[in-house]
Amino acid sequence: MSGWLSRPASDTQVTHGRRLWLYAVGALVMLFLVIPSLIVIPMSFSDSQYLSFPPQAWSLRWYANYFGSLEWMQATWTSLKAGVLTTLVATPLGTLAAYGLQASRTRWGGLAMLVLMTPIMMPLILVGIGVFNVYVQFGLLNTLAGVVIAHSMLAVPLVVLVVASSLKSYDMNQEMAARSLGASRPRAFLHVTLPQIRFSVVTAALLAFLTSFDEVIVALFVSGGQNSTLTRNMFLALRDQIDPTIAAISTVMIVVTSLLLALSQLFGRSDR
Amino acid sequence: MSAAARETAPYAAALRADDLRERRTLFGLSLPALLLVFVTLVVPVGWLFWLSFLSDAGEFSLEHYRRMASQASYLRIFRTTFEVSLITTSLCILLGYPLAYLLAQLPRRIAALCMIAVLLPFWTSVLVRTYAWLVLLQRQGIINGWGMGLGLWDEPLPLVHNMSGTLIGMTHIMLPYLILPLYGSMRAIDGDYLKAAANLGASPTRAFWTVYLPLSFPGLAAGAAIVFILCLGFYITPALLGGGRVILVSMRIATDIELFFNWGAASALGVVLLLLTVALLYLASRVAGFDRVLGGTK
Repeated sequence: MSGWLSRPASDTQVTHGRRLWLYAVGALVMLFLVIPSLIVIPMSFSDSQYLSFPPQAWSLRWYANYFGSLEWMQATWTSLKAGVLTTLVATPLGTLAAYGLQASRTRWGGLAMLVLMTPIMMPLILVGIGVFNVYVQFGLLNTLAGVVIAHSMLAVPLVVLVVASSLKSYDMNQEMAARSLGASRPRAFLHVTLPQIRFSVVTAALLAFLTSFDEVIVALFVSGGQNSTLTRNMFLALRDQIDPTIAAISTVMIVVTSLLLALSQLFGRSDR
Repeated sequence: MSAAARETAPYAAALRADDLRERRTLFGLSLPALLLVFVTLVVPVGWLFWLSFLSDAGEFSLEHYRRMASQASYLRIFRTTFEVSLITTSLCILLGYPLAYLLAQLPRRIAALCMIAVLLPFWTSVLVRTYAWLVLLQRQGIINGWGMGLGLWDEPLPLVHNMSGTLIGMTHIMLPYLILPLYGSMRAIDGDYLKAAANLGASPTRAFWTVYLPLSFPGLAAGAAIVFILCLGFYITPALLGGGRVILVSMRIATDIELFFNWGAASALGVVLLLLTVALLYLASRVAGFDRVLGGTK
């Protein structure tokens, strides 16, 4: 141990012993980052209204509350449906756009890219009220289609970013080779290019799903009634009081996110 | 022109025309996505621009902007928004820089493991994390429970539904946005520069301040810019943790619509918020490079 302490740790020969403070600071910041993301899990099994930690008595009452409530279940279904449909819309649109802009190399490409990126640069509150205003005129308010359209727009730039970055390191000449052997352009794309950028397309699809599933502000303005999303209901519930049922819902959301991330990792590994 | 070139010229022209046609078709593949963004973002936000210049009577006027510049309540909201964004960004730098620095120096395998601590909150829903802070910070919450249990303070501290709760929650949510680009740029720093500095007689502290810090600056600027810009338009966390005591621009926009149906006032605020965001993005891309700023936003 004392040997490790006096060993150099950096390019400037500072020893481990002399930067113990840095390790301590780093560990504290990591705890600060992780604890609030995980603490809702044990608390969701607490018996008490005030969610003490560690819980004095364990129970599943908040889960019973959640799964027994028609309203929460309806909102969960809406969010899942919106997430899946957003993925199905945004992934092909974004992938096609990234591929088209990369392959066409026109001088309009830069401008088109900039337009496609605007959704992530725009303050979300502005998107929320802007879309709300338009939906009022076209009767899309409180519909699933309305949520899916708005969420797809928010997800498109992320899909484009992820797919474009993997296309940058992809050699388009491979497609040329396929076409010189008689494959049509769509066929060359589907059989040569797509399998090689598969991992980034899956990552992009996952991002699209999470964008929709986690989105609050736009959903707050444009969804409602039977088609109110889970996050919208959670936000409205939290504004009034701290309902422990939210802890159970949060745990379910963390599990869903982690599962999806793990799946994408598995898929990515088998790719190589 | 030689005879051979004259002979191939029509073919070359045909090939060029072919190439042009194909590039147009390929560009066309991006049209559905462009159309979606145009119809659901450019048009609605353009419409808000238009509304911001209409008086309540429906005529062209600058009254919403004039009111914004003259009323103290609006100025206060802008000042609060800037203060909150500035403090949150500073706290993120204060917490994030040491961690990114440490991670960049660790062996890659260990750093990848520690990176989970940064990526886990990054992927967890903002709403879930905000809720966790509500529970942690409330009067009968865990932090007050433990603090009083250990005898650190006697009365429950008002940690949430005020400015401190807002700042704690926002710092937690923004921290990964600072660390990720910063870590990337720190990993790219060549350690030989520091060895050279040490070789020339610089103390480790001096080598850090005069060599390492300037080299890591583009990543730091990109991260800080992302955090500041996201803070300017942030809604969920301050709305839940501020308890109505901390009013940011985004919250005023929401209440203008939800309670007062005052589209003109809300739009004018939105336009100013957007212009500020665009100006900052432009500045940041000058300092740190556009790709880096964009790549860092989720």
